[in-house]
Amino acid sequence: MTLRTNLTHLVTEADHKKFTEENENVMICCGRMGPMCIPVYGVMEELESEYKHVKFADMAFDSPDAKVIRDLPECRGFAGLPFTVYYKNGKVVKATSSIQSHEEITEILDSNFGK
Amino acid sequence: MSPHFDVIVIGGGPAGLTAGIYLSRAKVSTLVLDTGIVGGQMVLTHEIANYPGVEHISGYELARTMKMQAQSFGCKIRSNIKITDVQLEGEIKSVEVNGKESFTAPAVIVATGGRSRLLGATGEVEFKGKGISYCATCDGDFFQDKEIIVVGGGNSALEEAVALTKYASKVTVVHQFDHFQALEHYVEEAKKNEKIDFIMESTISAFHGDEKLRGVTIQHIPSGEKTEMKIDGVFIFIGYQPNTEWLNGQLELSHYNEIVVNKDMETSLPGVFAAGDSITKRFRQVTTAVADGTIAALVAAEYVNRLKKEVRSVEVA
Repeated sequence: MTLRTNLTHLVTEADHKKFTEENENVMICCGRMGPMCIPVYGVMEELESEYKHVKFADMAFDSPDAKVIRDLPECRGFAGLPFTVYYKNGKVVKATSSIQSHEEITEILDSNFGK
Repeated sequence: MSPHFDVIVIGGGPAGLTAGIYLSRAKVSTLVLDTGIVGGQMVLTHEIANYPGVEHISGYELARTMKMQAQSFGCKIRSNIKITDVQLEGEIKSVEVNGKESFTAPAVIVATGGRSRLLGATGEVEFKGKGISYCATCDGDFFQDKEIIVVGGGNSALEEAVALTKYASKVTVVHQFDHFQALEHYVEEAKKNEKIDFIMESTISAFHGDEKLRGVTIQHIPSGEKTEMKIDGVFIFIGYQPNTEWLNGQLELSHYNEIVVNKDMETSLPGVFAAGDSITKRFRQVTTAVADGTIAALVAAEYVNRLKKEVRSVEVA
């Protein structure tokens, strides 16, 4: 199960583990192809060339393996798609629920991963 | 020297992209700028079933096709930019982007559309995605067997209230007036649904909770009386507002901050045209935005070509 985006797709828990462990700065958007999720994927696709020190990926929210994100303590109380999680050296540094603007996303990237 | 175009289109929704398609195809050099991703509100539409000639398409796909169509004719498109300065007066208009790049053109089409109106109540930003939602199809299933509120009294609010009864155990519609703006069909559907209750002439003045939304304060508008209500989720559908604040009074706006245009999409300034959801009009549909964008592009092309001819006449003389 993958999303129709140009981002790296994480399908399994093992993909997620490898991606977050092998890359220092990571942003993963876990959602569906819905109105609140698509704009976030769009921003991520645009930022890939600008933020070369960050690795971007998506994960289908309805995939059973996406529980690795859905069940994160940092996502407790979330009730709006997408769930977007930022990792540094494999550890969650920030998580957001629902649509985020280009400005909100770059602010999180800059403050957690530097420009 | 700033990169120069014949026309700069500000806004990359259906109106702006249509203008980009028509202008570029007519060999009028065009730059489309968008502060978000290209497609505007259209991208947020799960399915479009009333666009003539296309039986069913997602807003995302339609936006992507329009973008590729514009680019295939040579239209330049820049998205996710920040507009830091705009000068619309005079013969040459300029648009500064991200505080470092400037673009100039003799004509500008403003097609910046609109955005969902926020309630503006205390806690609204804090609980977005943690109980407050603006999209029933996206987040409805988080509220299975839970009690929720829908705020609003238009077509979207009542249609979504009915749709949300598929998940929620109870839906309370909170509306500021004593009557609904929605079409009678939507009102009837909502009223005959046993899961839906109504609180009229009221608004939510505050959202409460901890890591997620737990309750709201409802204020009865005529009396000012406030009551607390435990609730799991709130869906807000109170219409749209035009994205026109950035114009800083450079164009004539209506009482509702919409750009005033004539039938040729001309604004109060020569060489500045407007199209789509940011203008004064009654119906806001993808089809009407596309029509506005077409008219604005054709009239802007005429304007630019007339200016070029005048310059050539002066040079020959």
